Amino acid sequence: MSRPVIAVSPEGLAPVREPIRARMSADDKILLAATALIVGALLIGIAAPLYALLAKGFQNADGQFVGLANYRTYFSTPALFYSIGNSLVVTFITTLIAVPLAFLFAYGLTHTCMPFKSVFKGIALIPILMPSLLPAISLVYLFGNQGLAKGLLMGEPIYGPIGIVLGELFYVFPHALTILLIALSTSDARLYEAAESLGASKTRIFFTVTIPGVRYGLISAFFVVFTLVITDFGVPKVIGGKYNVLATDVYKQVVGRHDFEMGAVVSMILLGPAVLAFFADRLAERRQSAALTARAVPYEPKPKRGRDALFFAFSALIGAAILTVLAVAAYASWIKLWPYNLTLTNYHYQFDLRDGGGWASYRNSLVMAAWTAAIGTAVIFVGAYLVEKCRALPSARLALQFLAMVPMAVPGLVLGLAYVFFFNAPSNPLGGLYHTMAILVINTVVHFYTVAHLTAVTALKQLDAEFEAVSASLKVPVYKTFARVTVPVCAPAALDISMYLFVNAMTTVSAVVFLYAPHTALSSVAVLNMDDAGELASAAAMGMMIVYTSAAVRILHFALTQGLLARTQAWRKR
Amino acid sequence: MTAAGNRATVTEEGHAPYLSIRGLSKMFGEFAALSDVSLDVHEGDFVCFLGPSGCGKTTLLRAIAGLDIQTRGQIIQAGRDISALPPAERDFGIVFQSYALFPNLTVRNNVAYGLESRRAARAETARRVNELLDLVGLTEHADKYPSQISGGQQQRVALARALATSPGLLLLDEPLSALDAKVRVHLRREIKELQENLGVTTIMVTHDQEEALTMADRIVVMKQGRIEQVGTPEDIYGRPATPFIADFVGSMNFLKGTVTPGGRVRVGAVEFAAGEGLRAGQPATVCVRPEDVTVRGIAAADANAFPVSVATIEFLGSFWRATLRSEGDGGFELLADFSTNLVRDLGVREGAQFLVAVPPERILVFNGKS
Repeated sequence: MSRPVIAVSPEGLAPVREPIRARMSADDKILLAATALIVGALLIGIAAPLYALLAKGFQNADGQFVGLANYRTYFSTPALFYSIGNSLVVTFITTLIAVPLAFLFAYGLTHTCMPFKSVFKGIALIPILMPSLLPAISLVYLFGNQGLAKGLLMGEPIYGPIGIVLGELFYVFPHALTILLIALSTSDARLYEAAESLGASKTRIFFTVTIPGVRYGLISAFFVVFTLVITDFGVPKVIGGKYNVLATDVYKQVVGRHDFEMGAVVSMILLGPAVLAFFADRLAERRQSAALTARAVPYEPKPKRGRDALFFAFSALIGAAILTVLAVAAYASWIKLWPYNLTLTNYHYQFDLRDGGGWASYRNSLVMAAWTAAIGTAVIFVGAYLVEKCRALPSARLALQFLAMVPMAVPGLVLGLAYVFFFNAPSNPLGGLYHTMAILVINTVVHFYTVAHLTAVTALKQLDAEFEAVSASLKVPVYKTFARVTVPVCAPAALDISMYLFVNAMTTVSAVVFLYAPHTALSSVAVLNMDDAGELASAAAMGMMIVYTSAAVRILHFALTQGLLARTQAWRKR
Repeated sequence: MTAAGNRATVTEEGHAPYLSIRGLSKMFGEFAALSDVSLDVHEGDFVCFLGPSGCGKTTLLRAIAGLDIQTRGQIIQAGRDISALPPAERDFGIVFQSYALFPNLTVRNNVAYGLESRRAARAETARRVNELLDLVGLTEHADKYPSQISGGQQQRVALARALATSPGLLLLDEPLSALDAKVRVHLRREIKELQENLGVTTIMVTHDQEEALTMADRIVVMKQGRIEQVGTPEDIYGRPATPFIADFVGSMNFLKGTVTPGGRVRVGAVEFAAGEGLRAGQPATVCVRPEDVTVRGIAAADANAFPVSVATIEFLGSFWRATLRSEGDGGFELLADFSTNLVRDLGVREGAQFLVAVPPERILVFNGKS
């Protein structure tokens, strides 16, 4: 139809037709420079070492390119490639047991009115404070040749797949639980009310409301557990016996046989499932967040005696198992000789009398964990901020986002070995870092980068997206708003990140086992070495030192967070 | 109807506009969020960008602020070409829908935020902050945090913070939409008074036509990335340039008919006298606002008078809205708003029959079938 006259183009200058090229502001330049810096650091910290590892697999011991020769050797040596099957078997069994157990436990915590919920939750998270070596050591005490409960295995040895599966169950349980708790606690009460008012039975509600609601949480838990188990090195190292898995093979090839090329090949094979699981998990996560609505009403369970009692019994059983594992390790470390001489002694804590690094290794661990927490929190938080805010050059932002996600897909052993190849190469000007505390810190920050990064991103996404726009309109430089607003508001998340990094730096073995030097030995590695040397009680004692420290840091973190929240309560209160 | 003088040059001819937008386009991939938008805004004006969601009004505001710089086109503010400048090098204050108040800073420190970096003497800053807090009536809340004050008060803090640096241009992005209806009405008047007292050129984005009609000196109606009409609230409401605007702003009856040889428009059995310049035999749409349907003192011979019956009538608080059905062949339905005392006096109820009329000067006709 024709329209009455309206002139929307004022007379005067003809409009300029060329595309506008936006001028970069001082803020943009600062953000871009910082992004470039962190991208550079991650290229050195993750991309280049991985490339060095990949290249190594195609070289012979003299560094000449030999194509697929190493891979051919691998797949024609049954002693080597059998490990793939072994790894998959224990990994699948563990995953299929751990995820349902964690689901039931999480369901009990979120959907029943059983008593002592917070106690159970606290107990279930204890294994996070341990190196994975420690539950394995406890299992040796319980089911080993002198084990108290050896009879329960009906003649089967604990050394082997049974021990690996049991040990891994303890190690992965808190990780699966955390994911499923989040999935279950975001379930929408209104869906339950609607289902009930429509007369659906409890069973029907469980299968039509509960399960679909946590579908992606279950998938995510499955892949996270899968990755943790297949890449874990601590448990099979202690309790695997002659049952070879990929993770112990990498260690044996490199540390035992000095066959770095074969170590690289096994690493690449280990990387495969980890990368696959990583992508599957990311996919599930994306669906999960899309399924969430901001207006969901939290579900409040109503008391129901039979169900509550059942879940209480189940949770008590799991809690008792975890406490037993912890208590056995603690007890064994404080008595003369398990199970013959139960006299209390601090003999096993006299680490300086043993090989493995002594008390110096414990001090090294504290120093390494402190630096990792300090540097890691700063770098990762700034990195996450840049991923959210650097708009001047989208490709730089995307590069940073991608590099920040890579470490999650890379198992610790693989990362450690990659560092050996990259930093120990004669031509690398950064070679001076090799065998220093610095390389341990860098490696550990990178190793745990992704989870910390995602925590920071989540915290930053909760801020108003327009803070930077408002500051720009007020002519306040971006770094000032970052320091005065962003950091204080995100302080609790930053504390979470620093605690996460500290505890993981204390407990990790896999990556650093290739990187420590005699003067930078770490306590987690000392646990491994003392176990190797047959000093099981001292290994347990050192493992307990790590648990005591991690627990203390957790308590300190709790106190700090409470203090921070109390001090800033005025503006946090809604 | 006429739309003469209804062009985008917003105020007095001869004066250079304060803000001049020329041929602005913004592409998001293949999607044109703005297509060739041109507009002039004069100093001291309060201009509203009005339109449904996705019409490009916020995109245009963000282009003016430099937050999402346009793909093509020019923006000149106070004689300076700011087309490619980053926000920090432009001269504006902004209030977002979310307010974006800094949660860890008190009201006072929020307002002072832009002043602190200007190296003004501390006493000078404090004086200015007090002045602004007084201006928006928040002196007694100065030391509270944003989460401790109401939404309306937060909105005023955001306004004070934006005005603190005395910007030449104030940009408001849906500043009232997060508030309760009552507070919203109250703040409309307050913002408008503040703007008039300070004389700051202001652009406000809104999808709420009532807000635009009550606050703006000029309204820019947008649709699908283009400007549909620019005019005073009276223009936009009384002489909408397109059926889209007629429909979007206020309520409107659209009656489809045909132009008679006499230059009237026949709808069903009724012939409407309206405007001039219509070609006989062409389809045309007659637009009538519900409040322009008159009932009292009408004779059958009056212009545009016709008999109707009441199909339904609905009580809407301060007035009644009736659906009327015209008598005779090709009967059509017509919404009409009646005051409560008219309904009472004339005994209007469902099924009642009477004469109504629409004054010819209150009728709009668009060519074609809308």
